[in-house]
Amino acid sequence: MIARLGVRTFSLGYLAVILLAPVALVFWRAFEHGWHPFWLAISNANAVHALQLTVEVTVIVVPLNTVFGVVCAIAIVRHRLPGMGVVNALVDLPLALSPVVVGLALYLLYGRDGWFGHWLLGHGVQVLFALPAMVLATTFVSLPFVVREVVPVLREIGTDQEEAAATLGASALTTFRRITLPAIRWAVAYGVVLTTARSLGEFGAVAIVSGGIAGRTQTLTQYVQASYENFDQTGAYAASVLLAVLAITILLLMTAVKRGDRGA
Amino acid sequence: MAIEARNVTKRFGDFVALDHVTVVVESGSLTALLGPSGGGKSTLLRVIAGLETPDEGEVFISGRDATALAPQRRGVGFVFQHYAPFTHMTVWDNIAFGLTIRKRPKAEVAARVGELLELVQLKGLGKRYPSQLSGGQRQRMALARALAAEPEVLLLDEPFGALDARVRKELREWLLRLHDEMQVTTIFVTHDQEEALEVADNVVVINDGRVEQAAPPRELYDEPANSFVMSFVGPVNRIGEAWVRPHDIEIAVEPNGSAREAQVERIVRLGFEVRVDLVRDDGARLHVQLTRNEAELLELAPGDIVYVRTRRERVFSGSGEPTRPVPV
Repeated sequence: MIARLGVRTFSLGYLAVILLAPVALVFWRAFEHGWHPFWLAISNANAVHALQLTVEVTVIVVPLNTVFGVVCAIAIVRHRLPGMGVVNALVDLPLALSPVVVGLALYLLYGRDGWFGHWLLGHGVQVLFALPAMVLATTFVSLPFVVREVVPVLREIGTDQEEAAATLGASALTTFRRITLPAIRWAVAYGVVLTTARSLGEFGAVAIVSGGIAGRTQTLTQYVQASYENFDQTGAYAASVLLAVLAITILLLMTAVKRGDRGA
Repeated sequence: MAIEARNVTKRFGDFVALDHVTVVVESGSLTALLGPSGGGKSTLLRVIAGLETPDEGEVFISGRDATALAPQRRGVGFVFQHYAPFTHMTVWDNIAFGLTIRKRPKAEVAARVGELLELVQLKGLGKRYPSQLSGGQRQRMALARALAAEPEVLLLDEPFGALDARVRKELREWLLRLHDEMQVTTIFVTHDQEEALEVADNVVVINDGRVEQAAPPRELYDEPANSFVMSFVGPVNRIGEAWVRPHDIEIAVEPNGSAREAQVERIVRLGFEVRVDLVRDDGARLHVQLTRNEAELLELAPGDIVYVRTRRERVFSGSGEPTRPVPV
């Protein structure tokens, strides 16, 4: 009894100090002088643009990584192709590699003198300091989530149902649509939620390749940093609150997905 | 003929699952692939269904070379060992699957599924999900699903393996009746010799990736091709080089001619059947099967001295051919 109480006190205390206190502080500082300054700060043109840009990047990245994630998971689990072991290991790279390194690599590739950048610029395509580079960076860092959620579920359901569908005359596409996809739908949903969260919150990789020009290539996380550095504390706190609210919404979605998973 | 596997070889890495296997299945027959686990019988079934590609050899279905045909195009119904129900679909949708993907008219699908639900005795359970069914019901649902698109061939992988003894027996009889009614060529895999002998009109014994014997049940039991078949399709005593079935040993209370002395060790009564374990004067241990009437007439008790002789024994040479069937 005492042991259980101790464990609970410890874990709750830890969460309070590490997690709750900082987040609560951000909320408190943002609303310190009431709604009005908060509203002013987030309706500022640069803040609105930063939010739009962040959402835009996320809306492009999430479908890309969802499709890639599902295809990649099927390739890893169902097709014993040579090289799949390497793919499986590589998928985890974004989790291990610091986003700053990713940003730097993209900078080197797509910069004025980079391998691809030189050619692309010659054809009038601006990648660096524009949307394409931000999408690339965000795609890279949020790549593993759908794959990692779907792979174990595919392993668990096995090939029986898919083989049964095949003997009943279903084509590969029909089997995927009618059998495989419904079986992995909660894993995909969970992966999408995690990918979205990661995309919204990405800072390091994007900071290097976006240029962070206010009102043009500045995402919400960069807006927070820039505001703070410019002593616009209310602006920084307000944008932080916006990010936190998005994160909490996603957490709630995640709980809903988990509940649906158990219900299925 | 409906199905023929010609010289089929299948390897998984270093393991040879099928080693130049040739099997012919007559149209409309009910054939059992019988053998110990890991012997290759399930692999053969999967090769016939197109779920595995053979490394060598061909598969013919209704005279057509089907070796390179995808499973979708073979017109084969397959019932998986663990039934492979589509867990997110109702029983109705499971059974209708083969028809809906062929875009058959709704009314036709409804009529066919209704008919099948009745056939497999699941009427009224169409709205349930597979997880809400018992093992036997799930098995029958899988069977209805496989039959929905009217396959030329029905393949069943250990169809009764995961069920308890009573349900197994019921389903066995039911499958037999179903086969008599539908006349669809059926192959089922089993490791249970009783099941194979009872249900099938032809049994293929497969062991170690090879066909040991293919014959009707009676011939298989009475004329086994080798010692493996002899010992696999029924209980057997081995006395030196000779193999004897437990019911081919005669027990007498009085000595007579060629009979040899033996001592009763144990008596087990199993309803109509009585099993007697004996030790012969030369130390050979014998298991004998008697009917209850025979056992009652003999009035045996453990420790009794009796006299035994074999009615029929077999000796197989190294190549597996019987050299001395000894009917008495």
